[in-house]
Amino acid sequence: MTLLIGALTIGLILSLLALGVFISFRVFEFPDITADGSITLGAAVAAVLLVHHVHPVVATLAAACAGGIAGTLTGVIHTRFGINKLLSGILVMTALYSTNLHVMGKSNVPLLDVRSLATLAEGALTSVTGAGTTLYIVDWNVAVRDAATLVASFVAAVLVGIALYLFFRTNLGTAMQASGDNPQMIRALGVNVENMIVLGLAVSNALIALSGALLAQYQGFADVQMGIGMVVWGLASIIIGEALVGVRQLGFIIAGAVMGSVLFRLLVAIALRAGLDPNDLKLVTAVFVFCALILPGFLKRLTGPRPASR
Amino acid sequence: MLTVNAIRRTFNPGTPNEVRALQGVTLTIPTASFVVVIGTNGSGKSTLLNALAGTFLVDEGRIIIDGTDVTRWPEHRRASLIGRVFQNPFSGTAPNMTIAENLVLAARRGQPRGLGWALKRTARQEMRDRISRLRLGLEDRLDNAIGSLSGGQRQALTLLMASWLRPTLLLLDEHTAALDPRSADHVIRLSEEIISRDKLTALMVTHSMQQASNLGDRLIMMHRGAILHDFTGAEKRRLRPPDLLARFESVRRAELLDESAAEMLRRAYA
Repeated sequence: MTLLIGALTIGLILSLLALGVFISFRVFEFPDITADGSITLGAAVAAVLLVHHVHPVVATLAAACAGGIAGTLTGVIHTRFGINKLLSGILVMTALYSTNLHVMGKSNVPLLDVRSLATLAEGALTSVTGAGTTLYIVDWNVAVRDAATLVASFVAAVLVGIALYLFFRTNLGTAMQASGDNPQMIRALGVNVENMIVLGLAVSNALIALSGALLAQYQGFADVQMGIGMVVWGLASIIIGEALVGVRQLGFIIAGAVMGSVLFRLLVAIALRAGLDPNDLKLVTAVFVFCALILPGFLKRLTGPRPASR
Repeated sequence: MLTVNAIRRTFNPGTPNEVRALQGVTLTIPTASFVVVIGTNGSGKSTLLNALAGTFLVDEGRIIIDGTDVTRWPEHRRASLIGRVFQNPFSGTAPNMTIAENLVLAARRGQPRGLGWALKRTARQEMRDRISRLRLGLEDRLDNAIGSLSGGQRQALTLLMASWLRPTLLLLDEHTAALDPRSADHVIRLSEEIISRDKLTALMVTHSMQQASNLGDRLIMMHRGAILHDFTGAEKRRLRPPDLLARFESVRRAELLDESAAEMLRRAYA
């Protein structure tokens, strides 16, 4: 049961990562590796501020802002200096590794006895239910802390998902979507596409850093290595989400990314339970994403003649 | 009014691929004038339109639209004055967004875009009204993705989008060249309707001699990055496709003559 709740919670927290990756990969077709660095940056900034007794909400928001700055850097390097998309992300990601070490001062910051969003949520749930340290739900004993973080993560994922959906329904948001969909057209309609890319990457990495900040508070530490392979995890969540909803409508895609992230974490938990060596996790994920990316084209070739190109 | 003063543009200067695409084009187009631009391949017609739209900045010369010097303005800034329809029907619309979303984007051409709600319910009726004038039955498909439309439908829609807010200058760059004859005919008729109804100042590049003789009140023939002929008024009205073809033929002959004369000189002096 603890395993299931843990997987759900991490899935919901990492759904913010998936939403960030959705903006860069799907809206702008920008393979933004900055994510690997900015999720750690978010965790590092939040952890250090929490250790210094900053209010958890402020610390978490500061982490998101730091991620936004990282994304802005990648966007500026690409648009103003004409550096290849992938390389822009790699440059910032590499620079962030040292930055994160500087922020944390060491490679790992534990968050054992500090006030965090997790302890706040636990306190809130305790005062609502009036229970002790465990809750009796249906037939299980659940630690209040686990239940509280699960609920809090769910609320966070839903709020961010709704906010993102509403944003893409505004004039600015539709212009951003169009900048990814057809830059030539939206430029002719008066939008500075370069600025849109910078803004998009800033929002994307802010969400990813937010995800990192929440993850650090949930697991109780920030680690300089925690970001490795995160882009691929986010991408895997999106691909699963798209397969789940099957509709290319914004609201469904966003909901799908959240569900995909949760399902992905559940699959990971099951695989680990079934005896998968944790060291192989990233290898398996990479192979999974590879298969998911080539599968649609492969199936099309099997099922019939290629449709005329648009 | 559009004033173009001796604009020049050379692509890849100093390399073997150097192309002197515009070699001093000077042109004044009064307000509400509909100018058709023709010319051989590589004559600089599309380059002229792109120079006006700001796809690139010119090396020399000035571009003034309604008294505003836009010579150094980037493309997205000029969009506040200019509406455009491209040759490629896929260029003018966002394929993964709906018809309504595309129209909303066009309704804010050149205006700041903030966090206001994009698709207001009240705007839908105006959308239906204006899109029904395209006579394509798209008014009931506002929430369909553009990707499901044909090239002709997209081009008609792009035309509507370019003229949604009255543009000071409308640029049509061979916008029917990629369409089947029926769609091309329909889009041309719509273009004519919109230009005359809104009294737009328009430049249209075309390869069709039929369109060149039937449309517009002025005809410009370009060759080698410069304006070769400029027909207006009665002279323009009298022009028929055979006359235009004859002009092209004479250009071609002069070209041959140039080259054979050059060859002769080379032989004589080598």
